[in-house]
Amino acid sequence: MKKIENFFTSAITGSLAHIIKRDDIVWWKAWGIRLIAIVLALIVCGIVTVSLTDLNPLEMYATMIDGAVGTSRLVWNLFQNTAILLCVSLAVTPAFKMKFWNIGAEGQVLAGGLATASCMIFLGEKLPTPLLILVMLISSILAGALWGLVPAYFKTRFNSNETLFTLMMNYVIIQIVAFFTLEWSMPKGSGTPRTLEFGQLPTLFGQKYLINILIVALLTALVYIYLKYSKQGYEISVVGESEKTARYIGINVKKVILRTMAISGALCGIAGFLLVAGTDHSLKSDTAGGRGFTAIMVSWLAKFNPIFMIFTSLLIVFLQKGASKISEVYRLNSSFSDIITGIIIFFIIGSEFFINYRIKFNKKEANV
Amino acid sequence: MEKNIALELKNITKTFGSVVANKNISLQVRKGEILSILGENGSGKTTLMNMVSGIYFPDSGQIFADGKEIVIASPKDAFNHKIGMIHQHFKLVDVFSAAENIVLGLADEKKFDMPAYVEKIKEITEQYGFELDPHKKIYEMSVSEKQTVEIIKVLFRGADILILDEPTAVLTPQETVKLFKVLRNMRDAGKAIIIITHKLHEVLSLSDNVAVLRKGEYVGTVKTAETNESELTEMMVGKKVSLNIERSEPTNCEDRLIVENIKCVNRDGIKLLDNVSFEARSGEILGIAGIAGSGQRELLEAIAGLQHLDGGSVFYNNPETGEKENLRDKTPLEIRQMGVRLAFVPEDRLGMGLVGNMDIIDNMMLRSYKKGKSMFLQRKSPKTLAEKIIESLEVVTPSATTPVRRLSGGNVQKILVGREIASSPTVLMAAYPVRGLDINSSYTIYNLLNEQKQKGAAVIFVGEDLDVLIELCDRIMVIGSGRITGIVDGRNTTKEEIGILMTKSAEDKGDEQ
Amino acid sequence: MIITIIQRAVMQGTPLLLGSTGEILTEKSGHLNLGIPGIMYVGAISGVAGSFLYENSLANPAAINPFLAVFIPLICSLLGSVLMGLIYCFLTVTLRANQNVTGLALTTFGIGIGNFFGGSLIKLVNLDVPSIALSTTSTIFKTPLPFADKLGWFGDIFLSYGFLVYVAIIVAILSSFILNKTRTGLHLRAVGESPETADAAGINVTKYKYLSTCIGSAIAGLGGLYYVMDYANGVWSNNGFGDRGWLSIALVIFSVWRPSVSILGSILFGFLYVIPTYIPNISVSAKKLFEMLPYVVTIIVLIITSMRNKKENQPPAALGLPYFREER
Repeated sequence: MKKIENFFTSAITGSLAHIIKRDDIVWWKAWGIRLIAIVLALIVCGIVTVSLTDLNPLEMYATMIDGAVGTSRLVWNLFQNTAILLCVSLAVTPAFKMKFWNIGAEGQVLAGGLATASCMIFLGEKLPTPLLILVMLISSILAGALWGLVPAYFKTRFNSNETLFTLMMNYVIIQIVAFFTLEWSMPKGSGTPRTLEFGQLPTLFGQKYLINILIVALLTALVYIYLKYSKQGYEISVVGESEKTARYIGINVKKVILRTMAISGALCGIAGFLLVAGTDHSLKSDTAGGRGFTAIMVSWLAKFNPIFMIFTSLLIVFLQKGASKISEVYRLNSSFSDIITGIIIFFIIGSEFFINYRIKFNKKEANV
Repeated sequence: MEKNIALELKNITKTFGSVVANKNISLQVRKGEILSILGENGSGKTTLMNMVSGIYFPDSGQIFADGKEIVIASPKDAFNHKIGMIHQHFKLVDVFSAAENIVLGLADEKKFDMPAYVEKIKEITEQYGFELDPHKKIYEMSVSEKQTVEIIKVLFRGADILILDEPTAVLTPQETVKLFKVLRNMRDAGKAIIIITHKLHEVLSLSDNVAVLRKGEYVGTVKTAETNESELTEMMVGKKVSLNIERSEPTNCEDRLIVENIKCVNRDGIKLLDNVSFEARSGEILGIAGIAGSGQRELLEAIAGLQHLDGGSVFYNNPETGEKENLRDKTPLEIRQMGVRLAFVPEDRLGMGLVGNMDIIDNMMLRSYKKGKSMFLQRKSPKTLAEKIIESLEVVTPSATTPVRRLSGGNVQKILVGREIASSPTVLMAAYPVRGLDINSSYTIYNLLNEQKQKGAAVIFVGEDLDVLIELCDRIMVIGSGRITGIVDGRNTTKEEIGILMTKSAEDKGDEQ
Repeated sequence: MIITIIQRAVMQGTPLLLGSTGEILTEKSGHLNLGIPGIMYVGAISGVAGSFLYENSLANPAAINPFLAVFIPLICSLLGSVLMGLIYCFLTVTLRANQNVTGLALTTFGIGIGNFFGGSLIKLVNLDVPSIALSTTSTIFKTPLPFADKLGWFGDIFLSYGFLVYVAIIVAILSSFILNKTRTGLHLRAVGESPETADAAGINVTKYKYLSTCIGSAIAGLGGLYYVMDYANGVWSNNGFGDRGWLSIALVIFSVWRPSVSILGSILFGFLYVIPTYIPNISVSAKKLFEMLPYVVTIIVLIITSMRNKKENQPPAALGLPYFREER
């Protein structure tokens, strides 16, 4: 008995094996490890699905693909959802590169959405549509930036814990939005959110969501360029890597934190704008739909690279759509997709360890 | 074998890679004795004691406690043999009280009874004459109180052999006096005490025997009563070794940097810089010698605009305008905007001077990225610079887009120094620029410093190897406990002279007892 | 009326108290477990599933064995939550993954599990019942202490709750005691404040991290179980648990990492939650603004504690930071 216990403690504490940090790993090996992780995850997902339904695994994946890209409407839907998730992921990335844990994207998106919706309601009949859309965009940017700046200000001023602060900010705005949703609902207080008629984004080439996709594509390029080629992006990297170095070369660290969080919040605001004006044409407290949190995983899985984020966000949305198809076909609950997403993310998160470290098993009792 | 030998080391050898840290070292300490282990920075004192306390494991050699051979593979083993070490960096939990820290990790089977523990702590403090409130929180404590906690922690676990690594480096003279009193009490109670130090006067006033190490080798043990400062200095620094570093005559010397009475006090009220005044002249290399942690880092960072000063001024004599400008309390950016071409090679290369995860080109940009009005980076000239440095300094790297953390120490340093001198500085400060470098890289660095000197820069070189300082520098300023203890001519000085100056200041300030 | 308000505040507060006590234990080991909302869902659904299967295996609901009716969901709930805790630990401690990302993924996963099985359990086991309503079990969970109805206001305020309310309070007091007065607590706090120091003192850092996270998860999971079995009368509704998981994390900050303060804090949060119901003529929408108050109060507490910068009131110093001993 004692022996077994010892085995477990040593397995857990790592004295059974030696863990060595890899200095560097060739890119194909790193991607190979990630690929293996995804394959393993898909196998586990398959086992889970098969045990809950009577699908065979191949059928299951066929159903998923069908559910995600089966019709052209579904494809557009997939791209639209990917675009929004990508937009939020782009938003959180500058802050993460700076090692500022902004988990308040959900709230910053809603702040943008709320600003957009207010413009649509209060200025809708007063302004011509192009001008209205411009005002909506600007106010959503400002609202998102404001919601990001508050925790950043307290971080720089009093060193308040930004993770906890941004998290709390989410639920403040969720309740505020819930309040306005009810206030604005038709009839008032009914809870059915009002359809916002004025200021909807235009339909391009007969495709309702095309403009969303184009805007996010543009933002992706801009964020990529900003992070990689602009002086401010460079400052973000330096601050994130080492505040000591940043001070050594004369970067004003506080200013960079405030500026970057304003940008992060502003981009979230744009995502809120797109959701309200481009997709939903209404505002609810779950308009952001957890994307603020999913985006953190998307950004992190893509190693904060906007181009990789296109793929990680597509992967996640694809899984979600595919899994909801399975639940639809089998009249199971739609939350099935969350389970699948969770499993996949666990595996990818776990695989990073094998990219960063090498495990050397200790020979028996080899001490030091 | 003598009965009262508490600890004996025989032929201990330890290597790290190709570096021999300890070579065939043998020494012994008796019960009721204070043994000093004396040596310069890097002479292997701490490595040796880390093997006794279970942090490292020797490559070869034997350790005896109470006449029996023992194996120490972990700090726990050391505790079991009643050996306790007080490290230079304290390992304490800030929000815990002294008593909580002292009993932390204690694996006795008895009930967890804090009042009883506090009683026992009080007994220990009374027995040896410590001053400590067991309920005081660590974050409210001065460094000396924290040290007391560490010592009691070891005594609480019943240690009979105590090792203290540079215990006075962080103390004020008054606190040092108190510590020595306590250590003597412990000796009289029969404990064996080893203190690692490089301060001669402490050795002479405190210990019974002195073991001297030099460059990883054991030089010898002498009785304190039968020796004196100059004998110990000679044992410690050894004979002068010729290095053949070229040194040109200084030309066109004028005062470039005039430092006047600068002061810097840390949170605990310890003076890191105490009325420091000197001039750095163009066209010469000013060496700074001193025991590590005597204020060198604060001095350079104060000049670079990274350290807040509590008094004094730092004047820069601008060769272009002929004006004298005060750099005190300016940020690094403001200093640069004033047109001061100040280059700084910090001690902490990858944590401060360079960003390890960025490639060579992006590291080149650290100094220059702000140039120009465009909001975008301009990578062309950093790339050219990177390639130039790689070629001219023979940096071994796969490419200019390799992250610098993957390069070896010497190559990292070449990149850093190369970048810093690229702006043709009027002042070049380098802190321990050859630490950890192989011979060839070291000479490359010496040549670069000499080149800057000939170009008319005022070069400030903080070093630890006295041979290098004497051969490279035109003047050598010695700093001890935040004060200038002397400035000597590099051409006419000896290692002994510098060695004595290095250990002088604390003596002046307050002779203990 | 005041008595009813207090009762409802306590009942609202209990899941938060269990959640925050669990999270405090976890955070004391230096791990910010953002998976707590998910763990609470799993704690709830595991209990529900166990109880559902047990109730439906009986021919007659009256034949229910009160001990098994409590024991089965309790054990299922604990198992479910500990399993979630283990996933989190394995990823963050052993595989050194980022705590925030892992926690958020765990929440997505856990809420998914909760809603999925909540919505599909009936179909999966091919039973012919309209919905998950465990009224028999719930009645047992809700049994008040003896004499509750005979002691007037005293009985109503102090004795009228189901046993999990008392469990929650006892667990919080016990956690406070363990954290502050025992060797285990001292070691655990050292791990969260300075893992290097703890490691150097010979404390098994990994073991403490695993244990505190798993025990913390188990306690938080009970919060979910309480909500569905007692508060919601045994009726599962998807997303019914709402944002209580996040409120629990807010409560951790509000109570500045002290489980004993959490007891009062949870009642205050519960009070803020129920008070709008008792304000005459309040609109439905204004109620939403009341629900915002606990978060606003928490933010204010967070700001004040960081402004005052008193060491004892800060988050554990190593919170959110990975720890691994440097190889030598």
